[in-house]
Amino acid sequence: MSDSKQPLISIDKLAKVFEESTPSYNAQEAIDESNRCLYCYDAPCITACPTGIDVPAFIKGIASGNIKGAAKIIMEDNPVGATCARVCPTEELCEGACVLNHSTKPIMIGQLQRYATDWAIKNEQVLFKAGEKNGKCIAIIGSGPAGLSAARELALLGYEVIVYEAKREGGGLDTHGIVPFRLPKDISLWEVKQVENLGVEIRTNIEVGKDILAEDLVKEFDAVILAVGMSKVPMLGIEGEELDGVYDAIDLVENVKINGVTDEDFSGKRVAVIGAGNTAIDGATISARLGAKNVKIIYRRTEAEMTAYDFEYEFAKQDGVEFRWLMSPKRLIGDDKGHVKQMECVRMELGEKGEDGRRHPVEVEDSTFTMDVDIVVKAIGQTRFRRLIDHFGLEHNGGVVQVDPQTYQTSIPKVYAAGDVIFGKGQGEAMVVSAAQQGKEAAYSIHKQLNKSRIETA
Amino acid sequence: MADLRIDFAGIKSPNPYWLASAPPTNSGYQVQRAFEAGWGGAVWKTLGDPVLNVSSRFGANHFNGKRVVGFNNIELITDRPLEDNLKEIYETKKRFPDHPIIASLMVEPKREKWHEIVKRVQDVGVDGFELNLGCPHGMSERGMGSAVGQHPDLVEKTTIYAKEKAEVPVIVKLTPNITDITVTAKAAARGGADAISMINTINSLIGIDLDTWNTIPNVNGKGAHGGYCGPAVKPIALNMVGECARDPEINIPISGIGGISSWQDTVEFMLMGAGGVQVCTAAMHHGFRVIEDMVDGLNNYLDEKGISSVNEIIGASVEKYTDWSNLDLNYKVVARINNDICINCNKCYISCEDSAHQCIDILTDANGKEYLKVQEEECVGCNLCSIVCPVEGAIDMVELPQTEPSMTWLERQAAIQQS
Ligand SMILES: Cc1cc2nc3c(=O)[nH]c(=O)nc-3n(C[C@H](O)[C@H](O)[C@H](O)COP(=O)(O)OP(=O)(O)OC[C@H]3O[C@@H](n4cnc5c(N)ncnc54)[C@H](O)[C@@H]3O)c2cc1C
Ligand SMILES: Cc1cc2nc3c(=O)[nH]c(=O)nc-3n(C[C@H](O)[C@H](O)[C@H](O)COP(=O)(O)O)c2cc1C
Ligand code: SF4
Repeated sequence: MSDSKQPLISIDKLAKVFEESTPSYNAQEAIDESNRCLYCYDAPCITACPTGIDVPAFIKGIASGNIKGAAKIIMEDNPVGATCARVCPTEELCEGACVLNHSTKPIMIGQLQRYATDWAIKNEQVLFKAGEKNGKCIAIIGSGPAGLSAARELALLGYEVIVYEAKREGGGLDTHGIVPFRLPKDISLWEVKQVENLGVEIRTNIEVGKDILAEDLVKEFDAVILAVGMSKVPMLGIEGEELDGVYDAIDLVENVKINGVTDEDFSGKRVAVIGAGNTAIDGATISARLGAKNVKIIYRRTEAEMTAYDFEYEFAKQDGVEFRWLMSPKRLIGDDKGHVKQMECVRMELGEKGEDGRRHPVEVEDSTFTMDVDIVVKAIGQTRFRRLIDHFGLEHNGGVVQVDPQTYQTSIPKVYAAGDVIFGKGQGEAMVVSAAQQGKEAAYSIHKQLNKSRIETA
Repeated sequence: MADLRIDFAGIKSPNPYWLASAPPTNSGYQVQRAFEAGWGGAVWKTLGDPVLNVSSRFGANHFNGKRVVGFNNIELITDRPLEDNLKEIYETKKRFPDHPIIASLMVEPKREKWHEIVKRVQDVGVDGFELNLGCPHGMSERGMGSAVGQHPDLVEKTTIYAKEKAEVPVIVKLTPNITDITVTAKAAARGGADAISMINTINSLIGIDLDTWNTIPNVNGKGAHGGYCGPAVKPIALNMVGECARDPEINIPISGIGGISSWQDTVEFMLMGAGGVQVCTAAMHHGFRVIEDMVDGLNNYLDEKGISSVNEIIGASVEKYTDWSNLDLNYKVVARINNDICINCNKCYISCEDSAHQCIDILTDANGKEYLKVQEEECVGCNLCSIVCPVEGAIDMVELPQTEPSMTWLERQAAIQQS
């Protein structure tokens, strides 16, 4: 792999990567769409939103020209409401619950939410003020949607909040991991700025566990929230993984989104993406936009088991991405310069149902074959920050930090956890919106616990 | 194909649609385009002594994203020289002899003034006159328009003046800016009017600009009340037509005007007694070709109903329009919700709960799914729920079998008196 970060992406490819794939509503579209809203009583869209945004109320604001009010309603319930407007699987959430599904077509809630929050961004609106200081101090580790939301709510409640962030900029995967054509970095950074404006200090470039010790945090702060999300894509565990031309999808996206570079030119290349979840879709569609000639998603199960959402599947197909079901990579083969040139695969079939209720893929005997590839993108999920979790000494289940589902307290009562770090093994979904809600709830829980102990000691 | 021809107070028209006296009938060029597009007749933009107009002049009421629910203007009568108008009326009539042109007139309520204008216009050849006793703005401050139309005696006198010289039918156009339109309608009849038309526009102010605090529309920072028309005024106009149609003392044809934008509106006005209709705002909003669907839709409606001539529907609903005291107190309808069509927006629930009689319940079925049900004993049959319901067919207002004989309030009072 070359270590110099040359600008290997042409200007037009870059433009393609950074231009939002869904155009935003203009004022007239927003008014037309908002006027279609029935303004239901006890509206199901509110319940379907994990953060409980009062959807009919904000839509009414758009319809009446009170866009600031609309933006405030959204951001009040969801501190990352501008991001969510773009990345939420709305078909499964608010829009899926819209009663108009039963008569005409649902209200495009995501687009309206985007319209209102974009307006607030463009017009530099100040939507919230920090609460009066209560003298207590909370540490949050990680500034992704979970950490940010917790910080925002705590600041409104009057807490002093310090967020430790390993990266150079805040926002977590919103800033770094979600492809720019679905979520521009500026949107996420605006949300970070909103939280900072409340007096929250985000100390970037500090990795907890390395630059600062867990026990110090636990000692110094009234409470600590662990919101570190998940880590890199796991190793495939096959031969040839270290070859040049083999990428971790999340690193790839981050490199393009933050630095506008790739290690090599994707133009005209044949790309194989391993996995069929949300990350694989992002890895595949960004490869297509970077100019790859052919992009294939390789998945060991079938369309039915794939975890990507229907709209993501459609989106990828529109980008020309091909899907190859029931096959799994066995070995990566390099050329004489140590760059991947072929991938050996085996065909799979579905066997017995496993613990997770999904049928297990098993290899079909004597079915190996090779395909020519120029680039391999690994996107088979994310690993856990096992070292950090152990460093804290928290109970976990295979890297999934265990919390009390009501209080978000970990096995160490002063330490709370929210977001992807508690996702998995039947606990919730890895979504920005649920991370945000968990962050909020962890904040309320801390507030409750700290006030309780004050009352008890008084 | 139903026969759409009408004979309105002796004025023959290929269909019941006339353009009302307004900007669309301002010139020969426009009226000829309108006839080409399919309009039956035209009431020429009001002629009178030359006036000056202001800029701007129009405003509109937009509601919930729908443009032009209502329209308002502070325009006066024609600002073009009378000779030009007369020349163009002559030319248009020559090109379209079968399409009636009615000259709208407005002068001061003086005998010689009316005699003079009626004679001059009559000489070029028109099919009828319409006396504009209705414009509510500007001209009324000079003692014309609604300043005349609001005084029954002036209405009668003016009609007499015009009739003294007119050799073609005279229609008197009434103003709605009055408590009881049947009073001025009767005055017109007494004066010998061949027909009446209604309504002219309603006194109105469209709005205030939230940034400049100027009125809408404004003329260099000042505004004056204007005349309201368009879809929003239809119910007001329809009632006025109905009130005149059912009055036994008013026995002359009525030309229905006010908010007519479709063939459905037209059918309603004609059922309520209009012998023909006039349209302004719909043409201003969408252009002359709106006439195509108005004609076609009317035709298909009549065909479907097996009615051979549009004249057969005129006044068919009039006998159903009566005083409140004649309504049956023992008749009852209740709301019934069709749960298979209902989409559970709960709008009926909250409207009944907050503003009617608290008789819709949100219940849960055996599968845990919510559904709505009306407590029929409590329902007063007000219609509110079915009005707010966004889905056709989800709420029916059903008649309950009558348990007691019909009784109106008048009958009830009479019975109490007897006992
Ligand atoms: C490629 C991709 C696409 C996705 N697309 C969508 C989508 O379309 N819609 C959707 O809803 N969700 C999507 N997700 C999921 C979503 O991004 C996550 O669920 C969400 O970001 C989780 O938020 P979080 O705050 O828990 O963690 P993260 O967003 O991961 O943030 C954690 C933060 O903690 C920091 N951190 C980690 N360790 C340390 C440490 N030791 N010290 C200090 N800081 C540390 C990290 O740098 C990071 O900034 C996607 C995820 C990926 C990977
Ligand atoms: C801009 C404008 C100018 C009008 N000018 C006249 C007029 O000169 N004479 C007249 O009798 N009515 C005039 N009217 C009233 C219309 O003829 C008609 O009575 C009224 O607009 C109601 O019909 P509608 O709802 O179809 O518009 C005018 C209306 C508008 C909108
Ligand atoms: S008709 Fe009126 S009273 Fe009856 S259920 Fe509907 S809203 Fe309530």
